[in-house]
Amino acid sequence: MKFGILVNEGPYQHQASDSAYLFTKAALEQGHEIFRVFFYHDGVNNGTRLATPPQDDRHIPNRWSELAKEHKIDLVLCVAAAQRRGMVDPDEMKRHKKDADNIAENFRISGLGQLIEAGIQADRLITFGD
Amino acid sequence: MEEELASGVVKKFLYINRRAPHGTIYAHEALEVVLIGAAFEQDVTLAFLDDGVFQLKKNQDTADINTKNFSKTYGALEMYDVEKLYVEKESMEQRGLTKDDLSVDVKIITSKDMQKLIEENEVILNF
Amino acid sequence: MLHTVNKSPFEKNSLETCLRLASSGSTILLFEDGVYGALKDSGFADSIKNAQKSLKVYVLGPDLKARGLDKNSLINNIEIIDYQEFVKLVVENEKVQNWL
Repeated sequence: MKFGILVNEGPYQHQASDSAYLFTKAALEQGHEIFRVFFYHDGVNNGTRLATPPQDDRHIPNRWSELAKEHKIDLVLCVAAAQRRGMVDPDEMKRHKKDADNIAENFRISGLGQLIEAGIQADRLITFGD
Repeated sequence: MEEELASGVVKKFLYINRRAPHGTIYAHEALEVVLIGAAFEQDVTLAFLDDGVFQLKKNQDTADINTKNFSKTYGALEMYDVEKLYVEKESMEQRGLTKDDLSVDVKIITSKDMQKLIEENEVILNF
Repeated sequence: MLHTVNKSPFEKNSLETCLRLASSGSTILLFEDGVYGALKDSGFADSIKNAQKSLKVYVLGPDLKARGLDKNSLINNIEIIDYQEFVKLVVENEKVQNWL
C-alpha cells in the first residue's frame, strides 16, 4: 500500500513529528511504500539543517534525513509555509536574495500541489498535528 | 505542470475546519490548500465544525491586529469551483451563531448528516 | 472507518467531536495525549463506555507507557496496540479521519 504522510507541527514542540516518524518506520517495516511525507504549517521546521538538540535526545531533523536516504523517501516542505517561517534552500536563497540557506539533506521545498498529489496518488493519507 | 500529475483520477476530498480564525494560522493556511487544490479538479467539500464555524463570521476586520484578512477568500471559493460548504448546526448553536452571522452561502446540517458527509469522502484533510 | 484522536479530552474537544461524528461500526484509536481519554476513573469514562456499544476503541501502547499508564488504568475492553498494529488498522480501513 502507498502512504502519504502529512506533518503539521515542528520538531519537539509537539509529538506530531515523532508519531509520524514512528508510523512511517513501522509502515516501511511492513513493506509498504511511502509516497511522500509533506510538511505543512510549522512542520516545515523539521527540515532545518541547524538544529542542535541535546546529545542524549533524538535528533528529529537528522532522523528524517537518514530515513529518507535509506528508503528513498520524498520529504517535502511546503514552499509557502517555508517562506513564512524562514526555511530556505539554495534556490529560494537566490530567488529572495537571502544571505543563507538552512535546509537539511534529503528535504526539498515544493508547492502545496505535492500534498494534493499525495492525496490523489496514495492509498491512505495520514495527518499528524496538534 | 502540477495538474498533469493528477493523471485523471478524481477523489472526494473533504477539508475539515475546526479552529477559529486569526488566533492560529490553521484556518488561513488550510484555505491556501483549498485554493491550490482547486487546480487539480477533484471533488471538493469543506466542512466547518466546532470553532471552525467562526471562520465564516461576517465583518471580520483585522486592521487593528495587523494581520491578513483572509476571510474575504471564502466568498471567492465558488470562482474556484469550490461550492460545497457545510456547517454543523450543533456547533453554530453552541456558539450562539445563526445563518445571518455568516458571510457566505453554506448548507447548515445536523451532526447526523455531518457524520454521513465524513463517511462519504475519501481523502480527509485536517489542519 | 478509522478515527484517530491525539489530544486529551480535558484539553480539547477533539475526542468529544469525534464521538459525536463517528458512525456506528467505526474504529477509534487514541494516541499521543489522546490516551488520557481511556482512563477508567475519569469524568470522560462514561462517554467512552457509551461509545463502545457501537464503536471499537484502541489505545497506542507506546504512548500509554510513556505517560505511566497501563492496562489497569484503562476502561474495560480497550485494546492496547503497537505501531505495527496502528499501520495495520490504517491498511484495513479504507478511510481515515485524524482528529487533531
